[in-house]
Amino acid sequence: MQPVPSASTTTTASPGLLDHPLHPWRSLAVLLLLAALPPVASALGEDFYVGLATRILIFALAATSLNLILGFGGMVSFGHAAFVGLGAYVVGILMQEGVTSAWIAWPAAIAAGALFALAVGAVSLRTRGVYFIMITLAFAQMLYYLMVSWKTWGGDDGLTLPGRSVLGAGVDLALDDRFYYVVLGLFALVFVGVQRLLDARFGHVLQALRENETRMGAIGFPVYRYQLVAFTLAGGLAGLAGALLANQSGFVSPALLQWNQSGLLLVMVILGGVGHLWGGFVGAAVFLLLEEVLSAYTIHWQFALGAVLLAVVLAAPRGLAGLSRRGARS
Amino acid sequence: MRTTTNAHPVADAAAPLLHVDGLVKRFGGLVATDRAALHVLPGELHALIGPNGAGKTTLIHQISGALAPDAGRIVFGGEDVTRVPMPRRVLRGLVRSYQITSVFARLSVRDNLALAVQARQGSSLRFWRPARAETDRYAEADAVAERVGLAARLHALAGALAHGEQRQLEVGLALATSPRLLLLDEPMAGMGPDESERMLALLQSLRGATTMLLVEHDMDAVFRLADRISVLVAGRVIACGAPGHIRNHPEVRRAYLGDELPTETEA
Repeated sequence: MQPVPSASTTTTASPGLLDHPLHPWRSLAVLLLLAALPPVASALGEDFYVGLATRILIFALAATSLNLILGFGGMVSFGHAAFVGLGAYVVGILMQEGVTSAWIAWPAAIAAGALFALAVGAVSLRTRGVYFIMITLAFAQMLYYLMVSWKTWGGDDGLTLPGRSVLGAGVDLALDDRFYYVVLGLFALVFVGVQRLLDARFGHVLQALRENETRMGAIGFPVYRYQLVAFTLAGGLAGLAGALLANQSGFVSPALLQWNQSGLLLVMVILGGVGHLWGGFVGAAVFLLLEEVLSAYTIHWQFALGAVLLAVVLAAPRGLAGLSRRGARS
Repeated sequence: MRTTTNAHPVADAAAPLLHVDGLVKRFGGLVATDRAALHVLPGELHALIGPNGAGKTTLIHQISGALAPDAGRIVFGGEDVTRVPMPRRVLRGLVRSYQITSVFARLSVRDNLALAVQARQGSSLRFWRPARAETDRYAEADAVAERVGLAARLHALAGALAHGEQRQLEVGLALATSPRLLLLDEPMAGMGPDESERMLALLQSLRGATTMLLVEHDMDAVFRLADRISVLVAGRVIACGAPGHIRNHPEVRRAYLGDELPTETEA
């Protein structure tokens, strides 16, 4: 009955919206490059770059967790800094109380991020659209003002950490390159985990909810429950990013919880690619590298960064990582 | 209702699969559903007709769980589901399709249907195993596509389908959840004559295997297909019976001003 099949009706399935294949060679190449960075930087006498790369990976982790709910789940959270900052504070507070073990502090940071996300999500996921954005923002700001006024934990001044968490097993995190490799390992683990999740049943549900929430309910999916699970997971990953960030900078302050920090993560995701597996990583890398390069030339670097952002949004609305996907498909 | 006390009620031939009783829904001053009562027997194709604004879609919304009624009850398979949320009604077999097409436009036909199959299979809290490896599920989706006449369009994006094909997918999505009662809200809405014929054939093929409650404006189709017809006017069911009974019902004829119901010879 049908007329001649068009290109879109061929019998072989091409990767669709739900598929996020991890190209083994490309990913391995990126991993090897990142692993080679510390020896190369030290040979060039530019150890500074190890710290920058660590920061990029930590923000890539935070942005990837935001992308999970924003890009793949369609939940525009404007309070993601709360979960990152909370993770950072957990590490800082525990350290002030004498708990230095990474094996306790980091899981505690993950748990805190996840639990707070569970609470925030339980309330805000009952709303939609701009109300959801405002409520997530409001929760994050509440936490911000709480920490500003809570003098026990430094208040406005924040907490200075006496050192980095203790990992044991002969790995001294105080050494920048060791810490870098631990961060790289954790990021790689999370990255692969998110990729598996997206291509598993849960990922299909999450993405289909973004596409048509009403219909998901009408074919039998408890929409709220799945969204809440995703939101909680993302909060836990953000908590881990916060724990690493506290270790990296040796300092925790309410600024980590502030709304512009949430905005920064949003910008990274949009820059890199909303709903693209590599979006968080590419966005964090490009943003922080641009900041580094531009701020060397002018104190008005944010102006130039704004121009770059504008150009990306206009020229590549699906983000920088989205460019390669389009190339790979054609 | 003799079966209400059973933990796993088995509908015998006499017990209705769906029993709607005294349903009321108000929107401000407007009474959209006014003590509506209705029962659907297992295996039948039950049509719900009524003039524009009679409250047919509002009634479907309440039966499916998209809207909560202000009063009355909905008993499905011997179980009171009046306060049961929509996804759980779906898992019990009470599934609807939409008057305004609601599919996953950016996903392929196969992915659309595979999602509906996945919903029925229980928890999707699986985070590691690739979903694409579930060949049984995709085979089941393909079988549904075959049933609704979309076997040749498996890999087309739902948004790229012709209107009639989207309507077929709309029904397919509901069908893929293996419903015990299919609520069809104007499946032929906006269709041309050829597309309507195809949809009619599809509904014919589902008869017997699936119990259906059909809302439809196409009176020829209704009188050809339905085992029984309920007539909704201003939120109330004013008549219920076999097509022959409804056709000659004086109140029904008055409600339709006599010009929409097909006469004996036409049918």
